[in-house]
Amino acid sequence: MDPAFTLLTLGLLAAATAAMSLRHLVACALCLVAVFLAGAGLFLHLGAEFLAFAQVLVYVGAISILIVFALLLTRTRGAESAPLCARPRGWGLAVAGGVTGLLLAAVGTARLPAGAAPPRPAVPVRELGLELMSRQVPALLVVGLLLTAALIGAVVLALREPPAGGEKEPPA
Amino acid sequence: MVDLLEHAPLTVGRWIVQRVPEAWQPVAGALLGAAVLVGVFAGLFALTTWLERKGLARMQNRPGPNRVGPAGLLQPAADGLKMLFKEDLRPFAAERWVHTLAPLLKVVPVVCALAVIPFGRHLVALDLDAGLVFFFAMGSVTEVALFMAGWGSRNKYSLLGAMRAIAQLISYEVPLALAALTAVLVAGSLSLPAIVDSQAGWYPGGLARWHVFTPWGLAGVVLFFTAATAKANRAPFDLPEGESEIIAGHLVEYSGFKYALFFLGEYLLLFGYSAVGITLFLGGWRAPVAWLEWIPSYAWFALKLLACIAGFIWLRGTVPRLRADQLMHFAWKFLLPLGLAANFAAVLWQATAGWTFAGATLVRWALAAGLVLVPYQVLGRALLGTAAAGPRRYRFAE
Repeated sequence: MDPAFTLLTLGLLAAATAAMSLRHLVACALCLVAVFLAGAGLFLHLGAEFLAFAQVLVYVGAISILIVFALLLTRTRGAESAPLCARPRGWGLAVAGGVTGLLLAAVGTARLPAGAAPPRPAVPVRELGLELMSRQVPALLVVGLLLTAALIGAVVLALREPPAGGEKEPPA
Repeated sequence: MVDLLEHAPLTVGRWIVQRVPEAWQPVAGALLGAAVLVGVFAGLFALTTWLERKGLARMQNRPGPNRVGPAGLLQPAADGLKMLFKEDLRPFAAERWVHTLAPLLKVVPVVCALAVIPFGRHLVALDLDAGLVFFFAMGSVTEVALFMAGWGSRNKYSLLGAMRAIAQLISYEVPLALAALTAVLVAGSLSLPAIVDSQAGWYPGGLARWHVFTPWGLAGVVLFFTAATAKANRAPFDLPEGESEIIAGHLVEYSGFKYALFFLGEYLLLFGYSAVGITLFLGGWRAPVAWLEWIPSYAWFALKLLACIAGFIWLRGTVPRLRADQLMHFAWKFLLPLGLAANFAAVLWQATAGWTFAGATLVRWALAAGLVLVPYQVLGRALLGTAAAGPRRYRFAE
């Protein structure tokens, strides 16, 4: 086994386990950051350079910060909750078993090339961009539309109604 | 002679690497590169603290550090030793691991980010195809470090300070990326050496074809360095460490060398942003005029970097700190639209590159400059409101 792959996978699994079992929600979010970083390392190991950097930029730099901000700004108390895996166990086991079965079935039915696969050359960013802008345009547009809708929804949710009887805030 | 100087760092490096056994040579090469990077930039950090204190002192009519060594040159060493010997306090309630790891997570990604910058014609430690994305990705990891510092200290003030700092960093990330995008658009590559190559050649007068000598490049460089000032937490955007307002924010519970590490990370980030700004717009390691090309490329890069640092010190000595709401308005209402305008100007510049009729350059300049300057004027007047209409009044101690 490749030592880099082993280390990254073990780190990812450990961080994921910690994220599910720690008591403090913010600590769980920080473990999630470690999971994202290990995932980026795996991408890098597979030769997907751009994907790895985009993962760090978007997930570590933005999404994890969004998660902790949402945690801290919305729930002033109750952040110290029971571990996430202590919810109704039957449901959790059923879902986890289903997902595992699906993944195992996918891996089992996949046709892997016999013998060692030839090392594929790394895809240059230029080709990635051209592909996104030509064949994958519908997907790109749909994702953009979805994100815009989510943004507008967030603004609508966050927008506070002006107090009745005037625009002005009451004097403190 | 020129060639010899140009290759000198590589030759020395190769000579050192050949001293180790054959099997270990790749590892030794990588280690050597990393060691040089860390050593040079840590030294630059020490030099910059001295330059900054001296420069600020000159602006404020006082001598500055002048006791330790000639002209106070050994002051950084004294400061470093003092920081090492200070007691390393950790609050009783603090999260042990988070509190300890935060300063490291602030420094290490920034050092990694420095690896992709071409410091000379042959001096790039890590030539990545997506180098610019790597740089920004590593820069964004420091936001997590800030949050860990603020939350791990278990102190309300440090948490509030961290939230303010992260809000600032995320807000200014957008104009920074937009400003960098202008150069990427025209160069057609995310690789930093390729962007330097796109600035090769000379204008008829012997002036280099740097991106800064185009209307969109001029707008881009101003936007980039403004946003970089905020991202590197420098005056006038140094609210996160506002020592007189929010008692140094997320740094409240740090002491000793961990405290110093935060500042090391901040200064390294400043050097990194300056270096990327130089690479994107100011020609990287290229000479400004044709007859000065005999100076080695890394010397040009160092000169430009020092000039940028001097500019940042000058700025810090000149302008007062912004208010938190002014900071946010400036990013979202002013820099962001201008960044979009600069990108449109860059697209226009590329689209009209084929024009060959007489005076085409003038027309292109007018079109692209108008695309940036008109929004600048309109936005500035609209945001300032009535304050922009009347004559400017300066109020000092009234």
